[in-house]
Amino acid sequence: MDFSRNPESDAIRNAVAQLCAAYPDSYWQQLDVTGAYPSDFVAALTRDGWLSVLIPTEYGGAGLGLAEAGAILEEINRAGGHAAAAHAQMYTMGTLLKHGSEEQKHRYLPAIASGELRLQAFAVTEPDAGSETTRIRTMARRDGDAYRITGQKIFISRAEHSDLMLLLARTTPYDDLEDKTRGLSVFLVDLRTAVEKGQVEIRPIRVMLNHHTTEVFINELEVPTANLVGEEGEGFRHIIDGWNAERILVASEAIGDGRWFTERAARYATERVVFGRPVGANQGVQFPIAQAYADLEAASLLRDKAAWLFDSGRACGPEANMAKLQASRASWAAANACLDAHGGYGFASEYHVERKFRETRLLIAAPVSNNLLLAYLAQHVLHMPRSY
Amino acid sequence: MRIVVLVKPVPDTTGQERLGPDLRVDRAAVPAVVNANDEYALEAALKLVEAAGEGEVTILAMAPAAAPETLRKALAMGAQRAVLISDPSLAGSDTLSTVRVLAAGLRRLEYDLVLAGADTSDGGAGVVPAGVAVSVGLPYLSYASKIEPGAGRVLVHRLSPSGYDVIEAALPALVVATQALGEPRYPSLRGIMAARSKEIITWSLADLELGDTPVGGAAATTDVVSVRQPATRAATRVVREPATVAAAQVVEFLAERRLI
Ligand SMILES: Cc1cc2nc3c(=O)[nH]c(=O)nc-3n(C[C@H](O)[C@H](O)[C@H](O)COP(=O)(O)OP(=O)(O)OC[C@H]3O[C@@H](n4cnc5c(N)ncnc54)[C@H](O)[C@@H]3O)c2cc1C
Repeated sequence: MDFSRNPESDAIRNAVAQLCAAYPDSYWQQLDVTGAYPSDFVAALTRDGWLSVLIPTEYGGAGLGLAEAGAILEEINRAGGHAAAAHAQMYTMGTLLKHGSEEQKHRYLPAIASGELRLQAFAVTEPDAGSETTRIRTMARRDGDAYRITGQKIFISRAEHSDLMLLLARTTPYDDLEDKTRGLSVFLVDLRTAVEKGQVEIRPIRVMLNHHTTEVFINELEVPTANLVGEEGEGFRHIIDGWNAERILVASEAIGDGRWFTERAARYATERVVFGRPVGANQGVQFPIAQAYADLEAASLLRDKAAWLFDSGRACGPEANMAKLQASRASWAAANACLDAHGGYGFASEYHVERKFRETRLLIAAPVSNNLLLAYLAQHVLHMPRSY
Repeated sequence: MRIVVLVKPVPDTTGQERLGPDLRVDRAAVPAVVNANDEYALEAALKLVEAAGEGEVTILAMAPAAAPETLRKALAMGAQRAVLISDPSLAGSDTLSTVRVLAAGLRRLEYDLVLAGADTSDGGAGVVPAGVAVSVGLPYLSYASKIEPGAGRVLVHRLSPSGYDVIEAALPALVVATQALGEPRYPSLRGIMAARSKEIITWSLADLELGDTPVGGAAATTDVVSVRQPATRAATRVVREPATVAAAQVVEFLAERRLI
């Protein structure tokens, strides 16, 4: 096993950290207050190519793997930023890359790599189908050389900041299916024209963090058959591989958050003097921080393994799920240790702890709830009875 | 415009430096980075080439064999190639030896301008650029806050205690860069990817026409006699709270000590 430093990965981390230094805590705090999108930060990431790393070089990307993509997102969150504003531009194209036709890939990937086209919205969740994806009701009917799609999606992030959207819709009614994981299909939707024609309406949802998530109402949306990605009816299978990538990257963001929390907590606890000595001199304060640090290191190893499996084309379902599970828990523990170490000041927005606290909490619940990850491990790895 | 930049890989000073039994920094045990002042020189060189619309930047370094990875970072910033002079017998070189080796390296290269950093974060002597200029016979223009190449000449603003002197010399010349020339860029992703395939030429001593000029540890005219740690400072209290809170804390601190 080789744990030696990789200079190229160090160079990537340093470069991203330097870019992030131009967007300090106050930048993110201001956006948090106004609910605005970090447009200039995302533009800088795009300009320097950081969002195109997973796209192969033949389509204009850097042809790197999840190890590097994860390092980039980790550094953003470690610097106090919120990578979720842009992370989907990295990996949403994965479904297109893996299951799209050559024609689709040549048409879209170079423009996605350059940032000219933003593909950072992925519409799966519906009001009546969250954890149970196979229950989605948004229906796509074939009509000549197009599909007509009608339905409703919820919690669709960045739809207002995306030119294209991947959409999971039903092409066979649920009751007609023996295997409920079939009958769903993936479509690539041009949001700009769809909104203009009134076939798609996007309504923002304010949530506990600055997340730009929305409700998407779809009414007789016409999508050419040329924009069906992969095989009709195989959509659920097509997106699962992308989910593994997403989980590994979200784990990386949690690790970045966790590092921010432990670094801030350790610094504050060393400087804040109460009862004549730094608060960090008390084991009640320092142990939770040290424990969170150890948990983060463990989660980081799991993330590295999952990324390595994915990047070398191996199956990585259990590892990707465990990485997301452990990283989100470790970061949440770090968040609480950091908030506790700050006393009352942790709740003051000027200290940024409460903002990061809200941001990292999401990662336990979304993009997939940790409960569902445990259910997966119990059933598919430990071969216990299916619990749901 | 062909520019050579002298670059030294130095121990990463953010880490704990470790000394070997010879009382010198154990370079194998400490991660190396590009000397910060050399990054300013490299940035200036890249800007000059960009402004000229043509030309190339070559990095010249004398360093242990593990240095290519450090030089990759300089290549990722945008230099076209690197030349690494590395030889086991160069271990323990002093500044005089370094001057001789770099000068011999320069004689093998074609250039209009040589740029160097003001000093290094490990040795700190600051005499190598001047030595190299004298050795090769190049005009020496130090402490540049501005570099303006013209036809066959270069004009430099040289920082002085009272402002700056405007000095000019014929090319080729050696100019010492300062931080006033502008912050070094960070490598972009494209730069990092491009650096993968850039050439790092390695020369050993045998590749240099040094004749019987003595170089390396054996020829060092200086010796490390003893080392000691600077005294650690007493505990420092840092106030990082926002100004509204911090001001009161500073006032309280001073008042407690009857300083105000
Ligand atoms: C800020 C934000 C952004 C999002 N962005 C997107 C997006 O871009 N695209 C998209 O498609 N979706 C997005 N989502 C939706 C997210 O993926 C879902 O919220 C998530 O999958 C859970 O679905 P649900 O909210 O319907 O919860 P439910 O499925 O209703 O579950 C409710 C609770 O019950 C638990 N539960 C359910 N079933 C079981 C079981 N069998 N065993 C144990 N516990 C169970 C869950 O863990 C959860 O805690 C986003 C959500 C949020 C909050």
